[in-house]
Amino acid sequence: MVFTNPPVILASYSVVGPKEGQGPLGKTFSKVWKDQLNGAKSWEVAESNMLQEAMQGSIDQAGIAKDQIDYMLAGDLLNQIISSSFAARKIALPFIGLYGACSTMALGLALGSMLIDGGFARNVLVGASSHHDTAERQFRAPTEQGTQRPMSAQWTVTGAGSVLLGRRGEGPRISSATIGRVIDYAEKDVNNMGSAMAPAVADTILNHFHDLQRKATDYDLIASGDLGAVGLALATEVLKQSGIDMGTAFTDCGVMVFDPSQDVHSGASGCGCSAVVFAGNVMRRIKVGELKRVMLVGSGALHSPTSSLQGESIPGIGHAVVIDA
Amino acid sequence: MANQSLRKPTLAVSPENYKTLAQQYTPKPTIVKNVIRAFAVGGIICAIGQVIINFFVSVGLTSVEASTAATATMIFLGALLTGLGIYDEIGKFGGAGSIVPVTGFSNSIVSPAIEFKREGYVLGVGAKLFTVAGPVLVYGIATSIVVGIIYFLIH
Repeated sequence: MVFTNPPVILASYSVVGPKEGQGPLGKTFSKVWKDQLNGAKSWEVAESNMLQEAMQGSIDQAGIAKDQIDYMLAGDLLNQIISSSFAARKIALPFIGLYGACSTMALGLALGSMLIDGGFARNVLVGASSHHDTAERQFRAPTEQGTQRPMSAQWTVTGAGSVLLGRRGEGPRISSATIGRVIDYAEKDVNNMGSAMAPAVADTILNHFHDLQRKATDYDLIASGDLGAVGLALATEVLKQSGIDMGTAFTDCGVMVFDPSQDVHSGASGCGCSAVVFAGNVMRRIKVGELKRVMLVGSGALHSPTSSLQGESIPGIGHAVVIDA
Repeated sequence: MANQSLRKPTLAVSPENYKTLAQQYTPKPTIVKNVIRAFAVGGIICAIGQVIINFFVSVGLTSVEASTAATATMIFLGALLTGLGIYDEIGKFGGAGSIVPVTGFSNSIVSPAIEFKREGYVLGVGAKLFTVAGPVLVYGIATSIVVGIIYFLIH
């Protein structure tokens, strides 16, 4: 979809945990927490606080009164998206909860833009969060249990990012978006989610280029949500075999967040991953004029621990949003 | 299950071809390194166990009593190191070498206990205590019953 009145990104704010703060993008985040709890009594509460902090950060940065914001769109990885709902309880705006696994930020940006372009909202607050320890205990094993993670596994980011979209104002604009379809190439390994999501990302990029009659060189940066190193290589290869050369502009938020020395194996993942990389690093680079046109392709693995135990493969999804400076 | 009949444009790679491609791109587990580390870590843990057994024998326990006491000590050490947040680091390094000894069993019980304390003592710790060790106990005990019956029938 191409927006006739492209919404403006009025503000962006990101909060991350200590490990992310030590990574190569550490300085691009608005705030780095000293520990994983930051004074909360549980990791779940901490994640919700983190999202609330990121949301409030964007509102404050834009200097817009809350009653000018018509909707809050947010999502996370936890059952019944509690982090978002609990953060929305404090933010107290009309709330639309989203679940797109790690693609949530891109999905929120696309939907928020539709609300504004369609004339249903003046300003929309979009956000997403994930927390390493809450995700770990829900999807995998207790954190103190001594286990080895396979080399293809990714590390869930502790972080929350938010963006405030507006109908009027100055700033980069969201010009188009492509909502992805669920693609399943029968990957079953939950420790190789990059491989499960890569075809979905490739399919969305293929359809986006087809719809807009564009190619990779039309973009300064194409960042997938969080495929990790394995998934990024696979998506590039699948697109190449489908006749699309991605060139040098194609990278992945999951590869950017951590340095290989931080022992994260294939890279980062989680709703918070693409959210903080976009709200932090990418927005900064757009503002200083380094990037003119960016595509963010949020990628989600739409499985649950139950579906995996029952032998189902992992369906993937990719949502693309394009930002023009 | 893979997708059926997608509207064009679609990727030129079929799910079958993708499977081979995914295997190519997925890094292989570092088996040799992992086996050596597991051997070393498992060996060290067992050597510590032996030292403790020897200690108990030297203070006057019989060898059967010393083994039991040493097992209890090792379980305590496993739990202590889990509580201090050290055992998961050993596990990451040593893999199966730290899972197979009794200290690994201790770790698999204590780690959910720490993890689920915030959900309360009954439905948190109580219900989740055996999430990791449960399958081992169920099939371990079931197998021992079967073996016991066979032993009884043979004799």
